[in-house]
Formats: sequence, structure tokens, C-alpha cells
Amino acid sequence: MQFQKRHIGLLLYILFLLVPIYWLFNMSIKTNTEILGAMTLFPDNPTLANYATILTDPAWYTGYINSMIYVGINVVISLVVALPAAYAFSRFNFTGDKHLFFWLLTNRMAPPAVFLLPFFQLYSSVGLFDTHIAVALAHCLFNVPLAVWILEGFMSGIPKEIDETAYIDGYSFPRFFTTIFIPLIRSGIGVTAFFCFMFSWVELLLARTLTSVEAKPIAATMTRTVSASGLDWGVLAAAGVLTIVPGALVIWFVRNYIAKGFAMGRV
Amino acid sequence: MNKITNNKAWFLVLPVFFIVAISAIIPLMTVVNYSVQDIFDPQTRFFVGTEWFEQVLGDSRLHDALLRQIFYTLSVLFIEIPLGIAVALTLPRKGWGVSASMVLLALPLLIPWNVVGTIWQIFGRADIGLGGYVINLMGIDYNYAQNPMDAWITVLVMDVWHWTSLIVLLCYAGLRSIPDAYYQAAKIDGASRWAVFRFIQLPKMQSVLVIGVLLRFMDSFMIYTEPFVLTGGGPGNATTFLSQFLTRMAVGQFDLGPAAAFSLVYFLIILLVCWVFYTVVMNAGKQGEQ
Repeated sequence: MQFQKRHIGLLLYILFLLVPIYWLFNMSIKTNTEILGAMTLFPDNPTLANYATILTDPAWYTGYINSMIYVGINVVISLVVALPAAYAFSRFNFTGDKHLFFWLLTNRMAPPAVFLLPFFQLYSSVGLFDTHIAVALAHCLFNVPLAVWILEGFMSGIPKEIDETAYIDGYSFPRFFTTIFIPLIRSGIGVTAFFCFMFSWVELLLARTLTSVEAKPIAATMTRTVSASGLDWGVLAAAGVLTIVPGALVIWFVRNYIAKGFAMGRV
Repeated sequence: MNKITNNKAWFLVLPVFFIVAISAIIPLMTVVNYSVQDIFDPQTRFFVGTEWFEQVLGDSRLHDALLRQIFYTLSVLFIEIPLGIAVALTLPRKGWGVSASMVLLALPLLIPWNVVGTIWQIFGRADIGLGGYVINLMGIDYNYAQNPMDAWITVLVMDVWHWTSLIVLLCYAGLRSIPDAYYQAAKIDGASRWAVFRFIQLPKMQSVLVIGVLLRFMDSFMIYTEPFVLTGGGPGNATTFLSQFLTRMAVGQFDLGPAAAFSLVYFLIILLVCWVFYTVVMNAGKQGEQ
């Protein structure tokens, strides 16, 4: 890679992205006295005590586990229901298809604040309040339409001759779909999973409203602890850094899919 | 692509239909139900017709929040779209730099929204945050918790930091779909850098830009968590946007009727803008092809 003048702009932008994150990390390995005492670019006495607090206190680390569980459930549900639907939208005309597609997208536009109370009542009345599955289902509201939208773009890029050839060769639909079609749109599924993970992982308003103790997400743990016990900046910063880690890992695994998948797909 | 007409395809769509219907239609009906009734407790309720709608539409606090919201969303779009395109143009096309840039750029997108708020809350403080400290060091009196202007700018910078990457990634996807032959032809014709951008790169980015603008419009219009954590809507009401106003009304004051009426109006505004934008851009695209 040759260095060019235009890369300076890129480097400056990436610097702008990274400095606030670095500052959070910097604070997470300082003691509270140092945070409040002096402005230091590097910690004088780096300490892992803040991380130890989080990883040993169940009130903290269960938050991460809860978040992971409902995000995982949500990604699986979204992909499983969106795959056949996206195939239908990309291959067939059927009564009401355009209206249905637009209606699905409108759900992506609904402000979560609108659905706050009804969701709370709905899930309370069926006894799902404060469970992982409730949050996962609630997040389907915006993730399923998004998954259908993205997957449809990828599937439209696969020539229809492949389907026809497979049927002539005697493949049944389920067998064709699972053994031939899904492997063809692997990178599309990767990109979709990435987006579903992303939007479910970062959402707080619904996740916080639908849980109290058992399934409380880490994001809610952070806001509540701050208001309850005064401001323990070091621990707060460490908790913040730990919420970035799963996201960073996911990006790392799908980085090649993103570059490739973006190029062929709709998103 | 020619599609076959086949109504059996409905069977493939049914799971999606059911799962979205449960999470969308039932709650939406509940909201409609609230919006036309005055509810004291589950047994005592009166039908009030359009009273809540009239009350909400005449509320001057709501008008202020709406104006702030519109101004905010426009600022977000005017900064993030050009900046996103510019950064996408500087991205390397091949080599190890591609993956590295992708990972670094996508990082802010994967941070939970309240943590984004926390990061900037810390970063902007004059006593413990690098950003606020440096600005004050330069002799500018900066305090986002007290000065409405500073709060406004901080929320805006935070949004640019958080979401410009999405536009960058989308534009980059559009740019990668341009075959090398186009650039070679442009070179032979002696096209200027601007001409290459205007006639080759911009048209190829159009479809992804539409998605980008729509997503940014919807999400910035619904913004809640980040300003909530950063400023709590203050100082005063300087950064109280529509979602925050709504949540305060519904959960804080428990005014279910007005809150529900307002929810419906809110939803319809977003729907209308998205529909108009989408239709206009798609028609312009069709005319361009002819």
C-alpha cells in the first residue's frame, strides 16, 4: 500500500474516532484518586482493580451474560425467519408482496419510545416480563425487517438459473435451500448477522424496560449503578470498555465478509 | 429479474409476518386504544375522541421539541453525509489497510448507545475528560452541562463520531462495485478528479446513499439514549428531542392518553418523510435511466 496525501485525512478521522475510546480505556486502568486528581495522558500506576471488581461481582458480570444471551437468541430468530421470507421476496410475485415489504420496513421506522408501554404490558400479561426471550422478541421488531431487507439484496444477486437447474436435478426445495442456496449467500448471512448483532447489542431503551433482575442487560446495570452508588468513574469506564470488546470481536471475525459482502449486497 | 407469480410464496413469508405482527400490531393497537380514551385505572375509562390529539398538537413545548428535532436531524445529515462520502473516498482499495480501516471505522457502531453517551460525558468534562480539558486550556470556556450551546455542539459531535462510519461503510460498498475499466476510460478521456467523482462515483453510490440517508434520518429522528446519558435533555430543555419528550410524558408523568396520541403523530411524521423521500429519489432514478 502506497502512502498518499489523501490518507492523511483518513488517519485524522480515525484518530478522531479513537481518542475518546482511548480516554475511556485510560480511565479504566487508573485509580479514582488519579482520575480526579490530575490530567495524565498515561496512567502513573496502571491497575486492573476496576476490571477485577466487574469480573468478580455477580451484579456486574451477569449483565454481560444476559446481554449475550438475548442478543444470541435474537440473531438466531431473525436469521431463521428472514431467510425463507427473503427468498420469497427475491424470487416470487405474490398477492400483496410490495405492501408487505413496505409494511415490514415501516417497523424499522417506529420509534422504540412509542412501543415502550404496550410492550411492557404485552409481555407482562403473558408472563414473559424479565426473561431473555422477551427482549429477543422485542428486538425482532426492527431486526427482522432489516434482515429481510439485507438478505433480499444478496439473494437477488444470485442467478435464478441455479434454482432451476437444481430443481431439474431433482432437488426438493428444503434440500436445495439448505445445501446449495445458503452456502452461496454465506457472506450475505455474515453481514446480516453482523447488523442484527449490532442493533440488538446497542439497544437499551426496550431492553431496560422489559427486564428488572433476571435478564438485566449490562447497559442497564451501568446506568443504575451510576445513579445508586455515586460516581465510581474507574469501574464505570472499565464496564464501558468491556461492552466494546464483544463488538470488536464480532467485527474482527466478519471483517472480510463486510468488505466483500458490502460490495455485492444491498447494504 | 423476471419473477414467477406464485402465491405459495406466502408460506415462506408467514413466520416473518407472525413474528412482526405480534411485536408491531398488538402494541400499535394498544397505542391507538390509549390515544382515544381517558384512563384512570383498568376499570374506569372514558372515550374522549380526538381530545388528546388536539391537546398534543397545540402544546407549545411539543412545538419547541419538534423544531429542535428537525434542526438537529438536518444538521446531522448535512455534516455526516458529505463527511462520510469524503472519508469513503480516502479509503484504500486493497491490501491490509482495507481490513484494518473497516475494523477501526466500525468500532463506534458496535458500542452500546448509553456507553457512547458515557464516553462523551467523560471526554467532555473539563475536570476529568481530555476533550473538555484541552478546549478549556485553549481559553474557551466550555461546559456542556451548563451552557446550552456547548451541550448542543457536544451532542452533535457525538452523533457525528458515532454514526458517520455507517455512511462511510455504505459509500465504500458503492465505490467497490465500480469496475476498474470505468476509471481507465476516464483517464483516457482526460477527465478531471471532480468529473470522475460527479459522473462515475456519485451515481454508483446513489442507491446506498438513499439507504444511508433514510437510516440516518430515522435514527437521528428517534434519538434518545445518547443525549439522555450525556445531558439528560438539559441544560433547561436545550437538548430535549422528541423521544425524550415522549418518554418523559409516558413514563415520567404517566399521561398515557396524550403520550399515545403524540406517539401516533410522531410515527406518522417519520413514515411520511421516508415515503416522500423514497418515492422522489426512486422516480428521479427512473428518469435518469430513461
